[in-house]
Amino acid sequence: MTPVQVQGEVLSVKQIGAYWSMTVVASGIAEQAQPGQFVALAVGGDDGAMLLRRAFSIYQVAQRGVYGGTVEFVFSVAGRGTAWLASRRPHDVVDIVGPLGRPFALPKEPARCVLVGGGYGAAPLFSLSDALRKRGCRVDVVLGAATAERLFGALDAKRMAASVAFTTDDGSYGDQGRVSDVLPEVIERTRADVIYACGPMAMLEAVTRVASESYGGAGIPVRVAVEESMACGVGVCMTCVLPVIGDDGKTRMTRSCIDGPVFAGDRIRWDALGAVPADAIGAAAMTPPAPTMTGAR
Amino acid sequence: MGDVVVRTTTDAPLPADVDMSTSLGRLDVGDPVFTASGCAAAGRELAPFNDLSALGGVVTKSIQLEPRSGRPTPRMAETPSGMLNSIGLQGPGIDSFLDKDLPWLADNDVRAAVSIAGGSVDEFARLAGRLRGQPVALIEVNISCPNVEDRGQVFACDPQAAAAVVAAVKRNAPAGVPVFAKLSPDVTDIVAIARSCVDANADGLSLINTTLGIVIDPDTMRPTLAGVTGGLSGPAIRPLALRCVWQVHAALPDVPIMGIGGIRTGLDALEFVLAGASAVQVGTVIFNDPSAPSRISAELRAALAARGFGRLRDAIGLAHRPPALRVPEEADPPGDEPAEPEPVPRHVSFEEASS
Repeated sequence: MTPVQVQGEVLSVKQIGAYWSMTVVASGIAEQAQPGQFVALAVGGDDGAMLLRRAFSIYQVAQRGVYGGTVEFVFSVAGRGTAWLASRRPHDVVDIVGPLGRPFALPKEPARCVLVGGGYGAAPLFSLSDALRKRGCRVDVVLGAATAERLFGALDAKRMAASVAFTTDDGSYGDQGRVSDVLPEVIERTRADVIYACGPMAMLEAVTRVASESYGGAGIPVRVAVEESMACGVGVCMTCVLPVIGDDGKTRMTRSCIDGPVFAGDRIRWDALGAVPADAIGAAAMTPPAPTMTGAR
Repeated sequence: MGDVVVRTTTDAPLPADVDMSTSLGRLDVGDPVFTASGCAAAGRELAPFNDLSALGGVVTKSIQLEPRSGRPTPRMAETPSGMLNSIGLQGPGIDSFLDKDLPWLADNDVRAAVSIAGGSVDEFARLAGRLRGQPVALIEVNISCPNVEDRGQVFACDPQAAAAVVAAVKRNAPAGVPVFAKLSPDVTDIVAIARSCVDANADGLSLINTTLGIVIDPDTMRPTLAGVTGGLSGPAIRPLALRCVWQVHAALPDVPIMGIGGIRTGLDALEFVLAGASAVQVGTVIFNDPSAPSRISAELRAALAARGFGRLRDAIGLAHRPPALRVPEEADPPGDEPAEPEPVPRHVSFEEASS
């Protein structure tokens, strides 16, 4: 799998509840993409003042069609860059790189899977669900958000999942509360073998904890797709790092773009997010804290 | 420079015919575009987007003796036409670099310009020594590091400390491999630092590293970066970088310079060449466009051809020539087409309205 950079024609930009979705003709990305991977878009045009790419997980792809392969992603307008994206019109061209990152690992044998999504972070779960069901897996879904209009993919979820549970912080749809409040019951009811989750970091941490406490503490595997802010998306800027425990048991500051965005939940040092744990490889070289450098890279 | 002729577009070479080769001390390369340190990791990640072997080379992320975790996040903030970074030189250390990264570059015929960073003169010396017998085309000395033996004073800000590092690297570096010192713009007199490095036998200079900045988050009302300050890079600093190249080339015209700072297009690269850079490095713009190094090389080639240059070398430092030499030789002024007859008003007679 090799990422490609495409000048893609915008097919559609539409509002879905509190979010936006954009579909781009992106041959080479659509054909290769696997569930959990993401794309990174340049915003603001060739001469614009915004240099950093915006990364979005892939919602769905269509591999063939009159236009060639298309990629659809979902975003929330949170600043100038995403506002620029939302103001694109059909036939505009956007610079898009993908597919990027490691996809969700799928069970080798049919398994009972619970997919947990928070807000528009749920976007990659639908193609994941398709892939799981093709392998004979049972799929149950838990979707949560702050409010009803910030739930993403409720109809899709109802159509494809054996069961769907909804939570909202304000109780405007489904149960009032967090996905992690209802997840223990869903795991028990579906006799889940594995959890997949995508959404805000606090949610992923809570889901990981619930998964590890399930079955009387025996626990089940949980795969999470993290949201870290990125500058490039392709592995060169070193800004999207988080502390992750490797196969050797050692913690490294790990790039979420190249080594993620999907990680085993129990490998992430949730206690140390945003920090460098003292036992991380290379942490000792950082102390005593070096005085401010010029040319900080 | 007096014999340089700026040719007109009437005898412009084809872009493909432009000789893009350049020299960096004893290193001759076929293309003047390199990736900048800290913006290309150790090259591999950019291979899907660039023919790295066709570039001048990859300047690696600064390598140190030991692995370094880097700083906590957030490590970056977008700024107008640029960004602030405070990565903290995260890296695997020289052992892992020699074991995994450098062989990949060699196996793929990519020229390796290895950036080294240390906290003391001795660390720089040992790093340079470790590169002996390795496939290294050039060594770039990142002296924008604090000297732990001098209360964290940055080497690049002190002519004597900068010279001590360069001299130590030169003594220990593999023979024949050019050593370039990468200078910080955050100094009062960059020419003084440049001169000091050259007196210590630097083969060339990389100009410039990032300049310090701060961004404050209006919501948290605290600095955005975990490291508080960060290095500002991108097109926002291009005129500053260009000024540094200009000043140093004017003072030390025989010293090869790699121009760095916000290069986004081939025309940006041309500005650096005209200011005196023998080569350029593309950095932050890679985050915006991962294929930027190859694109900028092609654009620079076309820009040179369009201005009548058959060789990149003829453009180096050309902006320093006196204004009089700008007049093209034996050339028709552009747009010299057969004159159209002057428009003459036609006589108009009026039929007065009868009352």
